[in-house]
Amino acid sequence: MIYLDNSATTKIAPEALETYTEVSQKIWGNPSSLHALGEKAYSLLEQARKQIAGLLGVRPEEIFFTSGGTEGDNWVLKGTAIEKMGYGKHLITSSIEHPAVLNAMAQLEKLGFEVTYLPVDKHGHVSAADLKKAIRPDTILVSIMAVNNEIGAIQPLDEIADVLQDYPKIHFHVDAVQGIGKGIQPLIMNKRVDFVTFSGHKFHAPRGIGFMFKRHGRKLAPLMSGGGQEKNLRSGTENLPAIAAMAKALRLLLESESEKVQQQRKIKQFIYDHISKFPKVTLFSEMNAQFAPHILCFTINGVRGETIVHAFEDQGIYISTTSACSSKKHEISGTLSSMAIPEKIATSAIRVSLDENNTLAEAEEFVKVFDELYSRFEKINS
Amino acid sequence: MEYSEIMVRYGELSTKGKNRRNFIDRLAYNVRKNLHQFPELVVKAHRDRMHIQLHGEDSQAVMDSLKRVFGIQNFSPSIKVERDMEAVKETALKMVKEQFFDGMTFKINTRRSDHDFEYDTNQINDFLGGYILKNIPKIKVKMKEPDLRLRVEVRKNGIFLSSQTIDGAGGMPVGTAGKGMMMLSGGIDSPVAAYLAMKRGVEIEMVHFFSPPYTSEQALNKAKELTAKLAPYAGHIKFIEVPFTEIQETVKHDVPSGYLMTVQRRFMLRIAALLAQKRNGLAIFNGESLGQVASQTLESMLAINDVTPMPVLRPVVSMDKNEIIKIAQQIDTFDLSIKPFEDCCTIFAPPSPKTKPRLDRARDYEARLDIDSLIEHAMAGIKVSEIKGGETFLNQQAEEFAELL
Repeated sequence: MIYLDNSATTKIAPEALETYTEVSQKIWGNPSSLHALGEKAYSLLEQARKQIAGLLGVRPEEIFFTSGGTEGDNWVLKGTAIEKMGYGKHLITSSIEHPAVLNAMAQLEKLGFEVTYLPVDKHGHVSAADLKKAIRPDTILVSIMAVNNEIGAIQPLDEIADVLQDYPKIHFHVDAVQGIGKGIQPLIMNKRVDFVTFSGHKFHAPRGIGFMFKRHGRKLAPLMSGGGQEKNLRSGTENLPAIAAMAKALRLLLESESEKVQQQRKIKQFIYDHISKFPKVTLFSEMNAQFAPHILCFTINGVRGETIVHAFEDQGIYISTTSACSSKKHEISGTLSSMAIPEKIATSAIRVSLDENNTLAEAEEFVKVFDELYSRFEKINS
Repeated sequence: MEYSEIMVRYGELSTKGKNRRNFIDRLAYNVRKNLHQFPELVVKAHRDRMHIQLHGEDSQAVMDSLKRVFGIQNFSPSIKVERDMEAVKETALKMVKEQFFDGMTFKINTRRSDHDFEYDTNQINDFLGGYILKNIPKIKVKMKEPDLRLRVEVRKNGIFLSSQTIDGAGGMPVGTAGKGMMMLSGGIDSPVAAYLAMKRGVEIEMVHFFSPPYTSEQALNKAKELTAKLAPYAGHIKFIEVPFTEIQETVKHDVPSGYLMTVQRRFMLRIAALLAQKRNGLAIFNGESLGQVASQTLESMLAINDVTPMPVLRPVVSMDKNEIIKIAQQIDTFDLSIKPFEDCCTIFAPPSPKTKPRLDRARDYEARLDIDSLIEHAMAGIKVSEIKGGETFLNQQAEEFAELL
C-alpha cells in the first residue's frame, strides 16, 4: 500500500500510540482530582502543555486543548462573535477556507452577523490589499488559513499581519491544520496572530485531539461550559492519553523539520515534473514558496476525480479527490471554483498529499501507475 | 572565547575594616559551595579580589551560578596569556573583534601587580591601543565611558585580559550576619523576605507549619520547592517542618473565632523562638507586610510579638504588594507561590478576624490552653532536612514523563 492522502489524515505514530496506551492504563486519574492519582495526571497534562508551548515558542498558558481542528475553528469564530458582538458584528474570511470555518460563518450569518468572503486569485491566494479594503469599523475577526487543504496554497499571512497591525482590536485567527511541520512556523506564529488552531491527527497523533494557541490577553467566550477545565474556557474532562500522545507526536514531527520538508518537496517535484509533461493534465498546485511542500492537486481533463481515485486504489495507491470532507458529497471543490476554474475541470480534480514517511520509490511507483492510467483513459477520452 | 578565570570584585565588604578577613573567607566558602557542581574550579580569595580558575569548566554556566552569590559586586571573565606582548596583542585583538560593532569606542586599562615587568602601564596601553586601532579600521579610542573597556592585568604568573564586567548579586555573604529562623508559609511574601534576609548576610533556616489532613502533602512540597529555589543563594538551606494540627484543632475549639488567628500566630512565633534558641538563631524573620491582611496590622503585630523578646524582623514590611511581586518574579518564586494549595494560614481562617486584637484578651484566651504541652508535642514531631538548589518536590514525575512525551 502506498498512502498519499495525508491531508485527509495521517497514520498514528507508533511512539504516540505507545504513549496513548501507557497513559490510558497507568495515568488514568482525573487531572482535577485532589488525590495523588489526579495530581499525577495534572502534572502530565501541564508537562504536555509546556512541551507544546516550547515547540511553538509561546507560553504554556497560551495553549488550550480541543477535540481537533473543527472545534478549534468553531471556537475561535463563535467565541469571538459572542465575546465581541457588543463592539461589532462583521467578520472577514476567505472563500477557500475549510468547511469548519465556512459553515461556522454561515451559522453566524443566520444569527445576524455579516461576513465578507475575500476572493482568491487564480493561484489560490488572498490579497492583503483586498483585506484592507474589507475592514470596517465594526470588524471583529479576520480568519485566514495558513495552507489551503485542497491545493496547498500558502496564504500571505505576513502581509495580512502587517495590515492588521493598524487594527489592534481585531482578532486574527489562523487555521494552521495543514501548515504545522511544513517549514512555515514563523509565518504561522507571526507577531500579529491572536489565535491559531491545530489538529492532532494531521501529524500522527490520535483522532479527537487538537489544540489552540490563544495570545495572552485576548478574550474568547467558551463554547463548552461546565466544570471549568482549561482555565474555565473549555470544560470537559481532559483527554489526557490523546493530549500526551499529541505532545509526543508534535515533538517528533518538528525534529529535523527542514530535512523532512525538503524530502517532501523533492517527491512533490518529482511527480510534478513527470505529470506536467502530459497535455491533458492541469496542475493547480505549483512548485514555489507560495505552495506547501506536501500537497499536489491536478486533473486529467475529462476524467472524473472519483474515477481516478478508484483506479489508483486498484493498484494499491491511496489518493483523494480534493478534500476528504467534500469528496463523498459529489460537490465540486470550493477552492477551485473560487479560483474561477470551470466546473468541468474542477470535477476532475484529485489530490496527492505527502508526509515525512513517503519515499521517492513510492513516487516512482505512483508515476508508473499514472502512465498506465493516462493511456487507458486516453482511449475513452479522445 | 575560552576564558581561563573569572575575577570577582567584592561588594560592600571591601569597606568593613577588621571583619574583612571573615567576610572574604565566608564568601570564598559560599562560592565554593555554590559552584560545587564544577569539580575543576580552583577558588583563590585574596584581600582585594577573588580569582576563580576555570580549568576548562564552562564559563557561562559558572557565571550564571555566580550571579546568585551575595557579597559580589561584579565579576569579569578573563583570559590568561603568557607574559609576552606578542601573545597579548593577538588575544586583545581577538577579544575586541568579537564584540566590535560599527563606530565602537574603546579604552585599554592596564594594571600591574608585578612591577618588574619590562613595560610599564602607559607603554602597554599605547602598544595595545595602537595595534587594535591599526587592525580594526572603524574603531575609536575614548577615555570617558567607552563602549568597551579592555582590562589588562600583569601578574607574576601571566597577563590577564578581560573586556566584560557583569553585575553580581550585591549584598553581604550569607552567614556573615549570623543565623535567623524564617517563617515560610508558601505565599508570595515569605520567600521574598527570605531572599532579602539572605542578601544582608543572614543564614536562614526555614520554619514551616503544616496541618495534615487540613493541609495537603502538596502544600508541604510547595514550601520545600520554594526553599529549593532560594537555596542557590546560600548553597543549601535547612528546612524545619513543624506539625501544627493539634494546636490548630485545640485553638479552633477553645478560642473565640475573632482571636483564632492571633492565638495561632502566637503559637507559631513561640515555636520559632524556641527553635532559634535551640539552633543558635539570633532573630526571627517573616513575610509580614503592614496592612495587607488582618494579621498584619500594628495592633496585631503587637499582640502576636508579645510572646518573645527576640527580634522579629520583617524585610517586606513597608513594601507594596506590587514591589514584592516584582522581586518574587526576579527570583522565580512567584509562579510557585501562587499555586493554589491550602496552607495552615488559610484553613480555619475565621469569617471576620479581629483586625485590631487586644493584647490582654489574646493573653486571656490563650491562658485557657495547656500551652506548654501543646508546644512540647509539636516540637517532638519536628523534622529537619537539608534542601539544595534545583531539587524538585512538586513534579517529581517529570523524569518518568520524559518517556511519555
